[in-house]
Amino acid sequence: MNANPAIRQEASSPQTSQPVVEAKGLGLTFETNDGPVRALADVDLTINKGEFVSFIGPSGCGKTTFLRVIADLEQPTAGEILVNGMTPEEARRKRAYGYVFQAAGLFPWRTIEQNVALPLEIMGYSRAEQKERVHRTLDLVNLAGFEKKFPWQLSGGMQQRASIARALAFDADLLLMDEPFGALDEIVRDHLNEQLLELWARTGKTIGFVTHSIPEAVYLSTRIVVMSPRPGRVTDVIVSPLPRERPLDIRETPEFLEIAHRVRDGLRAGHGDD
Amino acid sequence: MTAAAGTAPAGATTPFFRRAVEGKTLPILIVLGVIVLIWYAFTVYLNAPWQIDAYERAGTEWTAADLVRDTMAQERPVLPSPHQVVAEIWKTTVGTRLTSKRNLFYHAWITLSSTLLGFVIGTALGVLLAVGIVHNRAMDKSVMPWVIASQTIPILAVAPMIIVVLNAIGLSGLLPKALISTYLSFFPVVVGMVKGFRSPEAFQLDLMRTYNASGAQTFWKLRWPAALPYLFTSMKVAVAISLVGAIVGELPTGAVSGLGARLLAGSYYGQTVQIWSALFMAAALAAILVGVVGIGQRMVMARMGEKP
Repeated sequence: MNANPAIRQEASSPQTSQPVVEAKGLGLTFETNDGPVRALADVDLTINKGEFVSFIGPSGCGKTTFLRVIADLEQPTAGEILVNGMTPEEARRKRAYGYVFQAAGLFPWRTIEQNVALPLEIMGYSRAEQKERVHRTLDLVNLAGFEKKFPWQLSGGMQQRASIARALAFDADLLLMDEPFGALDEIVRDHLNEQLLELWARTGKTIGFVTHSIPEAVYLSTRIVVMSPRPGRVTDVIVSPLPRERPLDIRETPEFLEIAHRVRDGLRAGHGDD
Repeated sequence: MTAAAGTAPAGATTPFFRRAVEGKTLPILIVLGVIVLIWYAFTVYLNAPWQIDAYERAGTEWTAADLVRDTMAQERPVLPSPHQVVAEIWKTTVGTRLTSKRNLFYHAWITLSSTLLGFVIGTALGVLLAVGIVHNRAMDKSVMPWVIASQTIPILAVAPMIIVVLNAIGLSGLLPKALISTYLSFFPVVVGMVKGFRSPEAFQLDLMRTYNASGAQTFWKLRWPAALPYLFTSMKVAVAISLVGAIVGELPTGAVSGLGARLLAGSYYGQTVQIWSALFMAAALAAILVGVVGIGQRMVMARMGEKP
């Protein structure tokens, strides 16, 4: 993936791209003691290969639920969804995606390299290949030299980077990230956002990214999916006209502010009914 | 701690004597001294009536100093003095052949062997039950109440029956006693390990699911290591009550060796000094056993990168 400053509008047009996630009329209703809760309703969405799609919305809008449905961690109750042309379960069994949770969730009894090797051990990679991949992915997230450290010896941002490395260590083309930087402070978050874009450019992965930060969504994404709660549904899909190469100060440009404004409008519209 | 930050487990190897000097040694010694003083006071107080009686029968004149001296040197005191107990322990350990039936170490070894056997079986049983309870809904609902009920029966009542029943089916010697230890020691392990196996958070289990990990992989790579701290805490309790179980197992069986037999014989013949020395031996044994488990815990936790 070359750094290409061209506007990536064409990447989202279906005829030229390969869909990674296709949801049609997707719905999910949780049965709770207080009656059914419609976490997702009528979600139609396609994520194409190489896209960086952000999901933004207030809590309860189903953005995390949607990500979990893709990952086969929740079962939809309506509609259909395909991941790499398969059901989410088949895709999960084929290890089609890496998932990054809000908490880094590194196993405290494993060193950083052992944590990154965890999926590789489970998937049965040879020892030599484990070593090589751990080295490569830790390098990718700028954690070379921290292999032998235990998680508690690293800062929160470094831990989250290690957990991203863990999700990248095996060959999944799809990276699902559920508010991965939500618990980090602003400065660390800026830094990690920059690194994530760089990583995306280098690896060419497809990324689904849940966030509740407007600047983060606009800065990172090629497409922003605005969602609203009760029931969780998609209210707006914004294709970013920003170039693929994005220095941090792009956030002061008029284009950036315009998209941010549209996202904010979308969020406000979703809230109109309460 | 700052110096140790570079290498994780370094903090676990602080020199022992340094910890002793900086740590709690002095307060512990002070408390110990106070306890010994109180003990001596009670020795005089509790043994005085018999001693005064003896003086009067013999018609001897006695002073307060005589009384204090003689109450601490009775052959069958109500409460032996600390130095009598120490002397008895010394006499029956270092002062006697190791193979002799009069040697306290010999009796301690008899009790220790059934303690350890019972503890190992109990820990294994406890872990297995916990694995079942965590992985099987039916077992979760059905086994736990019985596990708890088993501990509400006084062991002193069950112990003779276990011995008799096992004897009837041809099991005698070490195993019946060990099974009483097992009966007591599996309980803290079950309770601790159920909690330990359930200690991974939901998203950590989800993470294993995203890797399409098998049940066995999830167990060995997540649940088991997460439960290890709980295992060691449970094992400390389990090893101590295993010892209690072994001693209780020796009481109703007419056993001739073991610390329990020593206690029983002592009480038959009013040998209070012997009872107390057996009690202290049991306490020392318990302290050593718990200490050994603690050392194991520290070693394993250091390997697992626990923050010092």
